[in-house]
Amino acid sequence: MSSLMEAFNAKALDLGVPLSAHLDVTYRCNERCVHCYLDHDDHGEMTFAEIKDVLDQLADAGVFFLTLSGGEVLMRMDFMDILKYARRLRFAVKVKTNGFMIRDKHAALFHRLGVQTVQISIYSHRPEVHDAITKLPGSLKRSIAAIRLLKSHGVAVIIANVLMRPNFNDYTSVKELGKSLGVPVVTDPTITPKMDGDRSLLGLGIHGPQLGAAFHDTELVGNVDEFCAVPSPADESVLDGIACSAGHTYCYISPYGDVYPCVQFPMPCGNVRSQKFLDIWRNSAQMNEVRSIRTRDLPTCSACTHAGTCTRCPGLAFMEGNMRGPSSLDCEKSFARTGIPSANMINRQSLPVAVAIAGSARGSVSGLVQISAARN
Amino acid sequence: MTASRELGGEMMIMSAVNSTLFTLNEVASLIWKSADGATSLQEIVEKKVCAQFDVEPSVALADAERLVSELAEHGLMIIADHPVEEMFEAEHNS
Repeated sequence: MSSLMEAFNAKALDLGVPLSAHLDVTYRCNERCVHCYLDHDDHGEMTFAEIKDVLDQLADAGVFFLTLSGGEVLMRMDFMDILKYARRLRFAVKVKTNGFMIRDKHAALFHRLGVQTVQISIYSHRPEVHDAITKLPGSLKRSIAAIRLLKSHGVAVIIANVLMRPNFNDYTSVKELGKSLGVPVVTDPTITPKMDGDRSLLGLGIHGPQLGAAFHDTELVGNVDEFCAVPSPADESVLDGIACSAGHTYCYISPYGDVYPCVQFPMPCGNVRSQKFLDIWRNSAQMNEVRSIRTRDLPTCSACTHAGTCTRCPGLAFMEGNMRGPSSLDCEKSFARTGIPSANMINRQSLPVAVAIAGSARGSVSGLVQISAARN
Repeated sequence: MTASRELGGEMMIMSAVNSTLFTLNEVASLIWKSADGATSLQEIVEKKVCAQFDVEPSVALADAERLVSELAEHGLMIIADHPVEEMFEAEHNS
């Protein structure tokens, strides 16, 4: 992060300004990705007029960085009008799309409007893997064509590569694909439960030796020694720190106007159809409770070896039943990085299993990869 | 077209060309907000800057000219000898 960006974040935190917001304009989608956490039916999306009003309110509240996502944004016929309006309000806009429906006119307008980046998900370089994940035949071909089209118009594109069991073997080739397209690839092994709390999707995620292998791959994490370093004991600044920007300088708004601390933190704080955004942001009891939590307030995690370096997501902890509790997925990541079990893992007496995995990690990786490939 | 937002009296600006971030101090932010494509820089300095800050008009104008030149070099502002207020709308309506 640039020092200027850090300064903006610190100032926004100090002033209580929501510097960033994520607005899903629809949950409808033309793809049916196996790992998607959304219900794709339309339960009453905000109209264009309502979204314009929300954008006005977000601008007045000080939101600068705006992510427009879905669902698939282009499932809304008025999406380009929403985008134009957002840019008229001078937001720095990122768009997330699968690219399937992007045509020349969209790419040209993305460029003219100065969209910061367009993020497109690519799960594999192989159509049989990518299209099996999206359940939309021809989707890889169309998404790659969209990337090329956007690039030809001078639009900055990012490939998002969600890493899971069905595509674990392919992330290196996706990186190469990105390189050939002149596009950076961001790989993320995070699979989240459905918005309704259904955790069945988590089985698609990579765990144990696969996760360990990914976290020890220079191509994915850069400096492995640094990324996987044994954590230092948490000092006072860590214990007084906050988990992330959720509810502090960032929030999420659903297509139905519900406001949440984060897209990955489904705790309803209010609805912009019945309340002003700033009223929710400033006065929601839920938002203020999220804001009040410091690392030292976390009964298990404050005493954990990983407290200073853990990627603990309060939203995932919330979905596990307690936003002050551990996020098991992040415990698993800390363990995969360092080989040191978290306080939560020790409390749950999962240590023997974890140690067994760690001890045989190198030998097991290739075997699991082959199993994964066979399943594809 | 740039992105911009005021945060605690300072203007944050992001270049649409390369997403570079800039920040403007209070006086520069005032000039930025006043640049409506119709008002001249001299008028902005006289009616806004000198009205709000204790500064000699000639000094303020020289500083303002340096600022807008720098912003123009980064593609963040357009300097023209005629009103350009329609450009923003034209951009959006195309």
